[in-house]
Amino acid sequence: MTVGIVTFPGTNCEQDVAYALDALGAATVPVWHRETSLDGIEAVVLPGGFAHGDYLRTGAIARFSPIMAAVEKMAAEGRPVLGICNGFQILCEAGLLPGALIANQDLRFICRPVQLRVESTDSILTRAATAGQVLTIPLNSYEGNYVTGDTTPNVALRYCDTEGAVTDAANPNGSRDSIAGITNPTGTVAGLMPHPERAIEDFMASTDGRVLLESFVASLESIPVGAGRD
Amino acid sequence: MRAVVTITRRREIADPEGATIQRALADLGFGDVGAVRVNRTVELSMPGRDQEYVMSAVRAMCEKMLANPVMEDYEIEILD
Amino acid sequence: MTDDEFGAVNNLLGRPPADPELAMYSVMWSEHCSYKSSRAHLGGLPTDAPWVVVGPGENAGVVDLGDGWLAAIRIESHNHPSFVEPYQGAATGVGGILRDIFTMGARPVGLWNQIRFGDLSEPHNRYLFNGVVAGIGGYGNAVGVPTLGGEVEFDPSYAGNPLVNVMCLGILRHDQLVLGTAGSPGTVAVLLGASTGRDGIGGASVLASAGFDEAAGAKRPSVQVGDPFEEKKLIEACLDLYERGLVVGVQDLGAAGLTCAASEPAARAGVGMDLNLDAVHLREPDMTAPELLMSESQERMMAFVAPDQVEEVLGIAAKWEIEASVVGTVSSGDRLRVYHNGSQIVDVPAASLTDEAPVLRRPIARPDRIDEIWGRSDPAVNTPLDAALLGLLDDPGLGDRSWIYEQFDHMLFLNTVQGPGRDGSLLRVRGTDKGLAVSSDGNGWMCQLDPRRGAERLVYEAALNVAVLGARPLAVVDNLNFGSPEKPNVMWQFTETLAGLGDACEALGVPIVGGNVSFYNETDGRDIFPTPVVGLLGLAEPIPSRPRPVAEDMVILLLGPAQSASLAGSAYQKTILGALGGRPTRIEPEAGGRSIELAIRLSHVVPGSLLHDVSQGGTLIALAELLIEAGIGAKIDLASTTDAFGEDPHRFICLVPSGQEADVVQLADEVGCAVRTIGLTGGRALSFPSSGIDDIPVDKLLTVWAGSIRDRMQGAVHE
Repeated sequence: MTVGIVTFPGTNCEQDVAYALDALGAATVPVWHRETSLDGIEAVVLPGGFAHGDYLRTGAIARFSPIMAAVEKMAAEGRPVLGICNGFQILCEAGLLPGALIANQDLRFICRPVQLRVESTDSILTRAATAGQVLTIPLNSYEGNYVTGDTTPNVALRYCDTEGAVTDAANPNGSRDSIAGITNPTGTVAGLMPHPERAIEDFMASTDGRVLLESFVASLESIPVGAGRD
Repeated sequence: MRAVVTITRRREIADPEGATIQRALADLGFGDVGAVRVNRTVELSMPGRDQEYVMSAVRAMCEKMLANPVMEDYEIEILD
Repeated sequence: MTDDEFGAVNNLLGRPPADPELAMYSVMWSEHCSYKSSRAHLGGLPTDAPWVVVGPGENAGVVDLGDGWLAAIRIESHNHPSFVEPYQGAATGVGGILRDIFTMGARPVGLWNQIRFGDLSEPHNRYLFNGVVAGIGGYGNAVGVPTLGGEVEFDPSYAGNPLVNVMCLGILRHDQLVLGTAGSPGTVAVLLGASTGRDGIGGASVLASAGFDEAAGAKRPSVQVGDPFEEKKLIEACLDLYERGLVVGVQDLGAAGLTCAASEPAARAGVGMDLNLDAVHLREPDMTAPELLMSESQERMMAFVAPDQVEEVLGIAAKWEIEASVVGTVSSGDRLRVYHNGSQIVDVPAASLTDEAPVLRRPIARPDRIDEIWGRSDPAVNTPLDAALLGLLDDPGLGDRSWIYEQFDHMLFLNTVQGPGRDGSLLRVRGTDKGLAVSSDGNGWMCQLDPRRGAERLVYEAALNVAVLGARPLAVVDNLNFGSPEKPNVMWQFTETLAGLGDACEALGVPIVGGNVSFYNETDGRDIFPTPVVGLLGLAEPIPSRPRPVAEDMVILLLGPAQSASLAGSAYQKTILGALGGRPTRIEPEAGGRSIELAIRLSHVVPGSLLHDVSQGGTLIALAELLIEAGIGAKIDLASTTDAFGEDPHRFICLVPSGQEADVVQLADEVGCAVRTIGLTGGRALSFPSSGIDDIPVDKLLTVWAGSIRDRMQGAVHE
């Protein structure tokens, strides 16, 4: 099962995501944003970085890249689509996930490990986790503050404290309802602000990122090509 | 009284955001767009104040904080 | 340009210079570009070692890591622009240092910054500090290179002259090395990257070659604006070109822009160059020739390409969505000729812009008062130890720095073994057993007191910082920040500093592979403290096992020579006593070498060794840092002031589970390094059983330490 990792000009986490997924047994291929086809690819990751410098609005320009039509098609077919950080921002701008990411409440960039609570295991991102599980995953963003307008998202992960309590103090960026990661209604498109690929080896902040990426890799097998879920 | 301050980057200073947007628009088929510059507006309401007062006060705000004189110019428009 | 210099240009050309020529000489012979006040003194520094592949003189120093791996390292300053516009000054500083690294064929893998400001009680200093940190993060994060560490110092000396130094490390395979050479006649010069505008016109000569005065507000050259997005594309394009073997040489455009990028590579290759300004891709129409030649528009590189490969190079540029223009050709002979609007406007000997720059031998004078200052003794100590400890932890230069480094991506590339916040940084070289350790160190306060001793100590401190990470010191880069070279006292500080640096590097056996000099850091005639910054690269092979975390019941060992009775130049002397006097203790190369050796061996031989260098603030501060992080207290035997806060060099602490200290002691004995037990961890407070000092709860230390920058910067934002 092949995972395409899409790179836009300014993307910088693509090698890290490839490294992490390869280590978990996935076969990854790089996909440049100007390509138009995802043939032979069963799932897609939009990794972190600064596509187009985050100019205008983060993800606002990337959503119009030629590859996005194929990504949208893949999402419509119920194939796994995962957006990490900047990737999440692009999925929101593209309308594949509801809501938007705006500047952190304190108007400062944040790079540090945070705690996340698994709210739902019904997704490509969290199926290998257990409900209520607390994961330590690095956050790395300026626009990590999730806002929803009038939609109600399907929440996969929330910011919490080390005990798993979702509190204001434990919310690093002011995200509505402490939302750190969401999915589409069928759980096949997922986005999260923290970087699971940065928590996979012993010397890193933790190895908790593995359970999220293992969920994603497991999704490659279990979703037949061309079939939507439910 | 309301004041709307338009803060513009000084002409000779680079605007990478504007340049990137211009290229993105060209990619989307809007190829006849020339220079793009990204400005900011700050709206301030000053209830109960007259025009002369507002103009003078907002100018002082611009000089002190709203605009960075090293890189930016500003224009003030009074409304209401 | 002085009359003498003008006369020299006349002689060189055999005629008066045309306006564009004058502009070129004036900027290339500015202090910032030509090092005219420093060059005469830099020749004596130790720059050789068998593992040095490229020494000073190219765009970055390059050392051999073994097994076909090389590392490129460079340090630079962007002091004056950061005072004018802190965010963009710092951002473009980062952009510039990155280019110096990827111009050598290396992918940049880490950034470090060394920043200095006035007291944070002043709003303007908070504004500068906030802007600089935001700018470093804003550029570094967006360009996609992790910022792995740095250092910060606050002192009124820097109030009118913030210092922003940036350092970059790159890694490459030996066959990827690219030099800044123009190649042979017929080679084509291709300008890559951002379009050229009026950025920083006169920046190099206007800002960095003169101090600020009352009229500084009026001196507003067009601030250079950084575009990290463009730089990211440029990095990928250049690395792609190198991989395909498409360039003969590459030069980045920094100070003096096109002028430098055309002349330096030609000078290195001993060739001439024909440069066509009409071909330069522009942001502003109607730029004059001097403007084009001096523009400091950012994110530009000059590639020297064989004529039959130009098409392919343009194709690669297009693939990465950057602009490229063919702007010149290398000629035989040695003339740099420039064309504009179809006519030739410049015809000068190419190498003269660099090689014939004046070398000034400015007067040097030892300050009259120095002996009196060195002879001073400290006022009586009447601050209780606990109050002193809290006072030092509250100092923003010593307290928690996470407010700074949490604004930097320090995890990108998944190779950060040790990130910001402790001693030095350690990154793995994936696919090998190697680890690269980097430390950067400065101490304006101590160098003001004694520039030579201050400088030599920085070298050994940096070396110990990498040694505690298991790395052997490999190479040094230095950034020398000083006041006006027109002052004989400043030149004395400068030459003393060089002597200290040279002696220490010589004694340590570590070559200096590059450096940067920034003069004219003065405002209204007041110079900054002499502030050398030492950047040091070490190699750990293999990467040692992870240090165990601080736990209860660990023995605290102090390793290295016994602390003398001196507090001269220490943070304690400055912050608690409010004095400056006495003479900082010298390095002792023998003892220093043994400490370094012991630290390296411990980290490799005794698994889980928890080591921490003792530097500013002394032993008690070093210990407190470890205990605060863990939330664990200790019984401590450090009752006297000099014992607790003295800053003699060559010392580090080691925490080891009780009962296991024999391994450490044995190794210390083997190496010949003194070892002393100074405490035992446990409980929730620091206690000093052998003296009458009250217990200090660790929570209290945490509150003060955690707030030292954070509390002072509350409400500071950046959009």
